[in-house]
Amino acid sequence: MSFKQKFALAVLTVAVAASLGAGFLAQSSYSEQFRDAISAPPSAHFWLGTDELGRDRFARLLYGTRVSLLLAPAAALLSTLIAALIGGAAGFLGGRWERLVTAGVDLFLSLPWLFLLLAVRALLPLNTSPVTSVMITFLLLGCLGWAAPARMIRAGTRTLVSSDFLVQASASGISRWRLFWRHLLPNLRPILLAQFWISIPLFILSEANLGLLGLGVAEPLPSWGAMLRDLENYSAILQNPWMLAPVVLLVTVVSCLQLLLRTEDRAAC
Amino acid sequence: MLPLLLRQARRILLTVLLGGLLGATLVRLGPGFGVDERELDSRLSADSQHAIRVERAKENNIALFYVRYVSGFVHGDFGFSRSLNRPVAELLKERLPLTLKSLGVGVFGGASLGLAFALLTVWWRAPGSDFVPAILSGLCLAAPAAVIALVLFWLSPWIGAASRWAIALVVFPHVYRYAKNQLVATSESPHVVAAEAKGLSSWRVLWAHVLTPAAPQLAALAGISFSLAFGASIPIEVICDSPGVGQLAWRAAMDRDLPLLVTITVLVALMTLVVNSLADLALAAWKPDAGSAAA
Repeated sequence: MSFKQKFALAVLTVAVAASLGAGFLAQSSYSEQFRDAISAPPSAHFWLGTDELGRDRFARLLYGTRVSLLLAPAAALLSTLIAALIGGAAGFLGGRWERLVTAGVDLFLSLPWLFLLLAVRALLPLNTSPVTSVMITFLLLGCLGWAAPARMIRAGTRTLVSSDFLVQASASGISRWRLFWRHLLPNLRPILLAQFWISIPLFILSEANLGLLGLGVAEPLPSWGAMLRDLENYSAILQNPWMLAPVVLLVTVVSCLQLLLRTEDRAAC
Repeated sequence: MLPLLLRQARRILLTVLLGGLLGATLVRLGPGFGVDERELDSRLSADSQHAIRVERAKENNIALFYVRYVSGFVHGDFGFSRSLNRPVAELLKERLPLTLKSLGVGVFGGASLGLAFALLTVWWRAPGSDFVPAILSGLCLAAPAAVIALVLFWLSPWIGAASRWAIALVVFPHVYRYAKNQLVATSESPHVVAAEAKGLSSWRVLWAHVLTPAAPQLAALAGISFSLAFGASIPIEVICDSPGVGQLAWRAAMDRDLPLLVTITVLVALMTLVVNSLADLALAAWKPDAGSAAA
C-alpha cells in the first residue's frame, strides 16, 4: 500500500469514526431547531453555524455522512450480490441464458443511469417518511446498479469456466451446483471485491445528484445530496463559505475511495 | 461488415421492444394510472363519463396497452404529457436540439481536452508530467455532475454557456484516464521502442506508432462519452436552467408525469444505442479486426 493509499485510508477511517460518533461529537440533534440562531455563523456551540431553519450544520454533516457512508456500501453489496448471481450464472451456464443476460445487461447499460433512476424513483411515492425515502433511494441504487458489474463477472466466470482446475473438477463428477458454489464463486472474489469498491463512490455520487435534484432523502433526515441543495444559494455561500463543508467532505471521501480502488482493481486483474 | 450491421440493428430493435415493454409496465403501474380528473367534472353528462370509463378500460389490458404504446411510438406518437398538457413529440421537438447541441459541443470539448492531456503526458514522460491533469480529472470524477454544473453556473458571466462546459468536464476525466492508459501501453510496446532506437523524432513516433495504432480503441470511447453526457445532462440542465430534454425529464419526475418520463428515457436509450452502434460500425469500417472484436 502506497503512502497516498495509507493517507486515503486514514481520512476514510476518521470520516467513518466521526459519523458513527455523531451522537458524542455533535452538541445537538440533526433536526433540532434553534429559532434564536437562524443562519448563525460558526461559534463554539455551532462549529459550522446553523442553516436557515436554525439547525446545527455540523450535526447535520455528521449524520449525513453516516447516512451516505453506511448506506452506499450496503447498496453496493446488494448490487454486487445481484450481479454475482446473474453474471456468474450466465457465465457458468452459457448458451441461451448467457445470451439473454447479455441482452438484458446491454439494455440496462444503454439507459443512462440517472434517467433510469429518475424514472423508477418517480414511480415510487415521493411523500414518504424520511427513513423510508432513504431506504428507497439506496435500495433503488442497489437494485439498478447490477448491470455493469454483472458484465465484468460474466466475463470473469467465462475465463474461469475454461480453466484447468474447473475442467478437472467437472470431469471428476462434482455436481454443477457444488462446482458453482465451492469452486467458482470463491475464485470470483477478487472481481466481486473490485466491483463492490467501484460501486461505492458511484452510489455516493448518484445519491448526491438525486438529492440536489430534490429526489433523494427527504427532510429532515440529512444526507450529502440533501445538504448540497444549500449551494444553490450563491450569494449566501460568498458570505458563509463554511456552507461548502459538505461538498468538500464529499469530494474528499470520494477521492479517497478512488485512491483505494486502484489496489482492488489491480487485485482483480 | 453486413453481419455487424444486422447484429446492431437487431440489438437496437430488441432494446426498443424491451424498453417499450419496461416503459409501458412502469406507466401502467405508476401512481395515478387509471384515474381521470374529468370524472370529477360535474358538467359532464352520465354518457360522457361512461365513455371516459370505456376508453380507460381498454388500457387495463396490459398486452393491449403495450401494443398500442409501441405502435404509437413507431408512428411518432409519443403520448401526451399530463403535467404540461401538450403532446410529448412537440415537447421533444422543442427541447431536443438544444440538448443535442450541448452534448455535441460538450463531448467534443471534453474528449479533446482529455486526449490533449493524455498525449502531453505520454510525450513529455517527465516525473510529475501528469500532475495537473491527474488532479483535475480526480476532482471532476469525485464531484457530482450537479456540483460541477453549479460551480460553472457561478462562473457563467465569464465563461459563457455553463452547461456545455459542465458536460465537457464530466466527459474529460473518463477520456483522459482511458486514453492515457491506452497510449502509455502502446508507447511501451516493442515496435515503439524499436522506432525510438532507430532515431525517429518523438513527434513521428507519437503520431505514427503510438496514436495511430491506439486510435480504434480511442474511437470506441465516443459511444460511452455520449451515454455519460446524456446521464449528466439532467442535473446540469436543471442547475444551469437550460431548457433541454434533461430538464424536461426532471420536471416530469417531479410532477410524476410518467408517460413523459418513460418516453424520454426510452428515446435517450435509443439514441445512446445508435451512437454506440455508429461508433462500432465506424471502427469496423476503419479496422475490420477491431470492429469484429468490439462487436
